[in-house]
Amino acid sequence: MRTKTKYKLISLASVFVFLAFWEIITDVLQLLPSYVLPSPVKVLNCFITKLTTSSPDGSTLPVHILSSLKVSMASFLTAAVVGIPLGIAMAWYSSVDKLVKPIFDLLRPIPPIGWIPIMILVLGIGFWAKVAVIFVGALIPCVINSYTGIKQVNPVHMWVGQTFGGTRTQMLFMVAIPTALPVIFTGLKTALGISWMTLVAAELLASNNGLGYMIQVARTIGRADIIVMGMLVIGVVGLILSTILDFLENRYVKGRRP
Amino acid sequence: MENTRKLENDCVVRCDHIGKIFGEFETSHEVVKDINLNIKENEFVVIFGPGQCGKTTLLNLMAGLEQTTSGEVNVNGKPVTAPGPERGMVYQTTALFPWLTVMGNVEFGLKMAGVKKSKRRERAQYYIDLVGLKGFEKSYPVKLSGGMCQRVGIARAYCNDPSVILMDEPFGHLDAQTRYLMEEEIERICSTEKRTVVFVTNNIEEAIYLADRIILLTNCPATVKKEYVVDLPRPRSYVSPEFLELRELITSEMDEMDL
Repeated sequence: MRTKTKYKLISLASVFVFLAFWEIITDVLQLLPSYVLPSPVKVLNCFITKLTTSSPDGSTLPVHILSSLKVSMASFLTAAVVGIPLGIAMAWYSSVDKLVKPIFDLLRPIPPIGWIPIMILVLGIGFWAKVAVIFVGALIPCVINSYTGIKQVNPVHMWVGQTFGGTRTQMLFMVAIPTALPVIFTGLKTALGISWMTLVAAELLASNNGLGYMIQVARTIGRADIIVMGMLVIGVVGLILSTILDFLENRYVKGRRP
Repeated sequence: MENTRKLENDCVVRCDHIGKIFGEFETSHEVVKDINLNIKENEFVVIFGPGQCGKTTLLNLMAGLEQTTSGEVNVNGKPVTAPGPERGMVYQTTALFPWLTVMGNVEFGLKMAGVKKSKRRERAQYYIDLVGLKGFEKSYPVKLSGGMCQRVGIARAYCNDPSVILMDEPFGHLDAQTRYLMEEEIERICSTEKRTVVFVTNNIEEAIYLADRIILLTNCPATVKKEYVVDLPRPRSYVSPEFLELRELITSEMDEMDL
């Protein structure tokens, strides 16, 4: 308990030192001009103003965040809903494996960003193009981790199920999927990271709102404060999302840690 | 399940000239050779033999986890072709489901069989109490010691009420002290809840302490070298003259096999 508080204090101190260092090299020592690197105070001011102002990019910050969240969550959830059952089916039924594997292995090495041009051509620069790009990126870890997770099932556990007369479906749901669950969660975390990171990349290239778009507009008009503020917002929102996933993992993955 | 228990004089497990060869042609490896074995109801049979001799394979053949290449295993008069709920199994290690609590593990078989929750909870609780794990129902296996994990494994096998419980060196990975303790526990559990048990071990003291009958196997390929009916009164003492005498007898028999 006491060490836990101590570690929390250390983490807090690290953030504080970072901010202090940043403040010193900008406002105090003025090593970098504020149009290159604005001070934390400036960025905070910019954040507060941007909460309610829609200039220079046409939307307020909450609207950008919401737009980005909508895209990334839609893609992430679709990827999870499609990818996890697909990975499980591939690992459990070899016919599905043989059917899907060649295409999957072919598409797997293509980075999500590599999909952007074709998606723009096919779907334009709206919501669906971004969802499609991020979906492709997030799908891969969902499939691979579910697949590997199921393959990791302990043969002794299968025997136990069999000696209790379990049917193949029972074995899948009562033995294989619980075995795979921690690995699936790792896949979900990777997918979440990808969907949030790819989102920004997609918005930089093909969008008319969202956090990535906001940063892109700020760059063209030389507003470094918006750029840095946007980056920090992306970081914080990403952190919040992965914390939610950690919470779910702790809740649903049982008996792993003593 | 009740009517299968009525075969009072008949054998629960019958091995009829069973053999097992792994692989084919020149790479083949004969592990079990022409074993005949009849196990009566409520008999505690220990299969004892040198390491790597094929004891576990013999047990897996009874369990249906492996298929015989010759002969037939019958349980309750029916040939064994696949694992089934009338044959419970206790494994060497890692056989508990880490994502389930003690209760979840013990009631697992009943859950698969579709037994109602209240009924299976009650049953599982009885066997959890029997193996001495009262108060640990909600613990996960990571928090339990090796000996406690094996207690859960035993309760899990008992809970499904199988005709025969197959135990594959269940204490092989425990330290000596825990092992003695668990042997006493098995003795206590089996005297409270009589069951047909086939117990594989390579520990001679364990064999004599627990067995109604010891089947001594030869080196690989395993065949029945000799049988010993152990009729010492229970609970047995590891240092009684009769115990030591039998131990001496079996040891000399094993030495003859040129280990």
